[in-house]
Amino acid sequence: MLHRYPKRVPIIMLALTVLLVFYPLWGPVLIGDGSDFFLEKLTLMLILGLFAMSLDLLVGVVGLVSLGHALFFGLAGYTLALASPSYSAASLWWMMPLVMLVSALAALVIGALVLRTRGIFFIMTTLAFGQMLYYLVSDASFTGGSDGVFIMFKPTLAIGELTLIDLESPLQFFYFVMGMTLLTYLFLHWLIRSYFGQVLDGIHDNEHRMQALGYATYGYKLAAFVISGVLAGVAGMLAAMQYGFANPAQLGWHLSGEVLMMVILGGMGTLFGPLLGAFAYELLHYAFEHLTLYWQLLMGLTIILIVLVLPKGLAGLILDPPRLRLPRVGVGGLLRPRPAASTKARLGLAGHHKHEEG
Amino acid sequence: MSNTPLLSTRGLTCRFGGLTAVDRVDFDVRPGQVHAILGPNGAGKSTLINLLSGELRPSEGEIHYRQHPIHGLPAHRVARLGIGRSHQKTNIFPRLSCLENCRLAARIHLGGVIASWRSRAAARQVDERAEQALATCLLTHRASTPASAMSYGEQRQLQIAMVLATAPTLMLLDEPLAGMGREETSRVTGLLRALRDDYTLVLIEHDMDSVFALAEQITVMVDGRVLETGTTAAIRGSEKVRDVYLGRHQQEQA
Repeated sequence: MLHRYPKRVPIIMLALTVLLVFYPLWGPVLIGDGSDFFLEKLTLMLILGLFAMSLDLLVGVVGLVSLGHALFFGLAGYTLALASPSYSAASLWWMMPLVMLVSALAALVIGALVLRTRGIFFIMTTLAFGQMLYYLVSDASFTGGSDGVFIMFKPTLAIGELTLIDLESPLQFFYFVMGMTLLTYLFLHWLIRSYFGQVLDGIHDNEHRMQALGYATYGYKLAAFVISGVLAGVAGMLAAMQYGFANPAQLGWHLSGEVLMMVILGGMGTLFGPLLGAFAYELLHYAFEHLTLYWQLLMGLTIILIVLVLPKGLAGLILDPPRLRLPRVGVGGLLRPRPAASTKARLGLAGHHKHEEG
Repeated sequence: MSNTPLLSTRGLTCRFGGLTAVDRVDFDVRPGQVHAILGPNGAGKSTLINLLSGELRPSEGEIHYRQHPIHGLPAHRVARLGIGRSHQKTNIFPRLSCLENCRLAARIHLGGVIASWRSRAAARQVDERAEQALATCLLTHRASTPASAMSYGEQRQLQIAMVLATAPTLMLLDEPLAGMGREETSRVTGLLRALRDDYTLVLIEHDMDSVFALAEQITVMVDGRVLETGTTAAIRGSEKVRDVYLGRHQQEQA
C-alpha cells in the first residue's frame, strides 16, 4: 500500500465530489425524466462505496480476505428494521449508536473466532458465519423469513421539534449519505496513516516479524475487524433506510462477493480505489442490465478483462497512468528512456520482491 | 561477571515429524557475553534461535530467562521480556522509511500505539530511541530513505537497528553478516563489537574471522546436538571440533 499519493489523487476525488454535489443542477438537464431514479442509484453507489471502503481496511490494509462481510451490512439492516417502532419513526440519534454497537459486538465475537484461522481457512470461516446468519434470518419468523422486514418510517434526524435533515426526501438523504461516506473516507484515511495503521500495514507485510518485535498481532487484527464491521454496519443501515426494508439478500454471500469485487476492481489498499470501484461496478451493472437479459455474463467478462489489464485496479490507473509512447519530435526522441518514474517504480518493486522471498 | 546465566536451556528438543532438529540441548548464556553458535548447515542453529525467541515451541525441554520459564510463551511475549532477534533473511518493512522502521520497533516497547496517541512525551520517547538506534547503526544519514531503496548491507544494518530500538537485554542475531561484501562485513563486525559492551549477544555466523574476533563463548552444534561449548580459545584448540566442523569447513574452502 502506498502512503503518499500524488497530488492528482485528491484533485480527481475532489472533482468527482463536486460533480456529485451539483448533481441536482446537471442531472435533470442531462438525464431528464430519469434523473430522480438516477439520484437514488447514486445514493446506493455512495452507500456501496462506504461498504467497499470498510472491507478495504481488512482486504487491502491488513491482508485479510473476508467472504462474509455482508453479514454486518445485513445485520445492521435487520437491527434497524426490528428496533424501529411499527407506527412511528425512530430517532437516528438512537438508531445509529444501536446499529454500531450491535455491529461491533457481532464483529468482536465473530472476529475473535475467525482470526484464529489463516488464508483459505479465514475465507471459508467468514463465509460460513455469513451463511449461518443468512439461513437464520431466512427461516426465522421474527425476521419475516425470506420476505424480510419492512421499515415503514425512515428514522428522523431532529433536535427537539426541529428536523435537521429530512431523510424521507431523496435529495436530502443523498446529501446525508454523501456526508457519511466522506466522513468514513476521512476517518479511514487518517487511521491508515496513524501508528495503528502502520502496525496493520506491518502485519500485512510480515506478521512474524511484527510478533518478533513484540506486537500481539491478534489484538490489532481484531481491532481492525471490529472497525471494519462497524463501518459495514453503517453502510447496511443506510441501505436499509433507502430500500425501506431488510432482506436476507442483504447479508448473503452474493453481496459479500460483489463488494469484494468492488474492492479488487477499484484497487486494494488504496481506499479511494474501492470507492471508485463501487461506482464503476454499479454503473457497469446498470448499463449491462439495460442492454441484455444476460447481463451477468457481460459483467463477468468485463471484470475479468479489467483485472487482467489493470492488476492494481482503477486506483492503479490513477496512481501510475499508462504513458502514451508517442515518438518525440527531434533526434533521439524514440530512444530516450523514461526517467525518474520508472526508476522509482523499479526500486519499489525490487524492495517488495526481496521482502516476499524473506 | 555474574555466574547465573541470563538464559539457559535444559534438554531442549524440537522435532519436525521424524526429524529431530534440536536434540536435548543444554545451553547457557551469561550476561554481558557474546556467545556464538557454530555448526555446519542443518546443525539446528536457526531452529535453536527460533525456540529461544518463541517462534517455535519446543517438543521437550525448558528455557529459562532470568530464572523464569519462558518455553511455550508466544513470540511477542518473549520479545516484550527483552529478547530481541533478527532474522537470517532480511526482514524489514520496505515501504516505511529507515526511521519509521525503527519507530515501529520502539513503539511497542514504550506503551504501544495507544500511549503514543495519548501522550506527546511517549511519542517523543519513541522518536528518540529510534534515532539513537539508527545512530548506533551508522544510519542517521538514511533516516528518511525508504528501506526498499537502500543497499543490501544497509538493510542488514537497519535490521540490527530495529532490534536495538526494542531496547533488548539479550539479542539473538541469526547470521547478521550473511551475504555481505568484505567492506560491509568489516563495518557490521565493528558495529557488533560496539554492541558488546551494552548487550548480551547470541550470534549465529558462518564468517569464522568475525566469530573469533567477536565471541567470548562458542557452542558448536552438529546434527542438532551440542558438540562442545567453551571459550573461543578452547574451541579453537579443540581436536573434536577441528575434526567435525573446522576440518569440514576447511575442506569446503579448499
